[in-house]
Amino acid sequence: MELLYNIFVDPFIQMYEAPDFLLQVLWEGLVSGVLYALIALGFVLIFKSSRIFNFAQGIMVVFAALTLVGLHENGVPAWLAVPITLGVMYVLAVGIERVVLRPLVGQPDIILFMATIGVTLFLIGFGEFIFGGENKVMITEALGIPTGALEFEPFGGFVLIEEKDLAAVIMAVLLVIALLAFLNRTSMGRAIRALGDDHQAALSVGISLSTIWVIVWFIAGVIALATGIVWGARAGVSFALEVIAYKALPVLMLGGLESVSGAIIGGLLIGLLEKLFEIYWGQPLLGGNTETWFAFILALFVLLFRPQGLFGERIIERV
Amino acid sequence: MSAASTGLAEAKKSEQPQTAEDILSVNNIEVIYDHVVLVLKGVSLNVPRGGIVALLGANGAGKTTTLKAISNLLQAERGEVTKGNIIFNDEQVQALSPNELVRRGCIQVMEGRHCFGHLSIEDNLLTGAYTRRDGAAAVKRDLEMVYDYFPRLRERRTSQAGYTSGGEQQMCAVGRALMSRPEMILLDEPSMGLAPQLVEEIFEIVKKLNKNEGVSFLLAEQNTNVALKYATYGYIMEAGRIVMDGEAAALRENEDVKEFYLGVGGEGRKSFRDVKHYKRRKRWLA
Repeated sequence: MELLYNIFVDPFIQMYEAPDFLLQVLWEGLVSGVLYALIALGFVLIFKSSRIFNFAQGIMVVFAALTLVGLHENGVPAWLAVPITLGVMYVLAVGIERVVLRPLVGQPDIILFMATIGVTLFLIGFGEFIFGGENKVMITEALGIPTGALEFEPFGGFVLIEEKDLAAVIMAVLLVIALLAFLNRTSMGRAIRALGDDHQAALSVGISLSTIWVIVWFIAGVIALATGIVWGARAGVSFALEVIAYKALPVLMLGGLESVSGAIIGGLLIGLLEKLFEIYWGQPLLGGNTETWFAFILALFVLLFRPQGLFGERIIERV
Repeated sequence: MSAASTGLAEAKKSEQPQTAEDILSVNNIEVIYDHVVLVLKGVSLNVPRGGIVALLGANGAGKTTTLKAISNLLQAERGEVTKGNIIFNDEQVQALSPNELVRRGCIQVMEGRHCFGHLSIEDNLLTGAYTRRDGAAAVKRDLEMVYDYFPRLRERRTSQAGYTSGGEQQMCAVGRALMSRPEMILLDEPSMGLAPQLVEEIFEIVKKLNKNEGVSFLLAEQNTNVALKYATYGYIMEAGRIVMDGEAAALRENEDVKEFYLGVGGEGRKSFRDVKHYKRRKRWLA
């Protein structure tokens, strides 16, 4: 009886009694949710346009962050290091297309998936060779990201918002809006959506796979850099950063691998739910640290009941 | 330049020399899938500029493969042209990607329509203009032109293509190809799965496009009857070879064609056993 009370009643009473704390929790959830959404978008774009599940997304985050920090360590000013890093990500995209994807056109999906694992291993080795394996500190100040905190007092309580989180959310939202505009308003974006629907037909109207692949992998690179900066500012830059990309997996299961809106909603949902669960259920009932697994369990339940994900594209079949 | 001229020289040597009026000539090509499976065993054909040419034959004869060899969609299916050459507008094109070929004015409409199901009809049509660089105004003008040819598409412009009818999807596929401003369309099985009335409608539009826009057509069809009605010239394929060709009118009157493809026997109805016997006795190439 008491257990049931603790699960179904008590958390909501707490939420009601301390709304300022609830707001704080929701804000933290939103911050990670926006990031998850951003990473998931990188996966979705690559999957839509090439049916490849990009295993290398995580290591691309590390690689981008390491390049940025490495350049700065070697005396490149921050305002210059960012465009150079973007350039490096572009070269990487072209390289992957030329060396890995192009020779494998027409092969079964699983082979392309294996190829991205190959890319992952290469980037781990290459990154360590160039930048070394030790942890680095993200150059937050040099990039001009504010580090202060804003305080609010809603409901007579107290909410603290770190400025760098605010900056992260704003950057992520801008990136997502830019991506959506690109997909829905430009002819290249239309081509990417077309490619997601029917590969053969896309080829037949003259859509060039190579061009599109370079573009989507470059977008994945830009997303990797953005996530690398934001997450690196919180947790430091090391190869452990790779894990953040795997947090996008449950987002993809929830949102569906092909749905752009699914990635966004799924990301926000998982960010918020895992934070709420951790604070109101995980810590009092399960001893905390539920954030590492909650999203995966949630995804498992979604998979059981809706294998195409909550927002996966409906397969149109005429009868 | 030199590649094109040697190509022309080779073309002259083959049985059907390319004349200046031919927009497309395929010379003795051989196609192998996966480095092993030999599908086309020396196919040659010509399409005159502004003509409608039909490529006829049963399932598995190699019609689709021939079209894909020309548009080079074979690449993505691990097929390749190993012998012979393909000349489009005086240029050897067998090594070009589909993208480069569409830019040069030759586009394929695939069998089974292949519309982009989640895109609206209008977006589908606009993807056809992907390779164009002549500005939004020109594309808009052509969109109106396509809507004039296919008024049904104008009505359904905002519907997702996946939810439209088979006929509308076929129209969408042809319209999408038109949006690339092609000189030549390779049309694969436009009649597939459509009601006879719709088939006639589609072919009427093909004829109109041919007349008004000067688009040349190479169409692969199993519906020999309709195809020969609208085409000017026809080729008949069997097991990866061209076994017969001629003016469409002549083919329509040919006894063998009537027998095998039009379902009209020489002397009344035959039993199935007799037909098989007849086939065995009289080979196309004999």
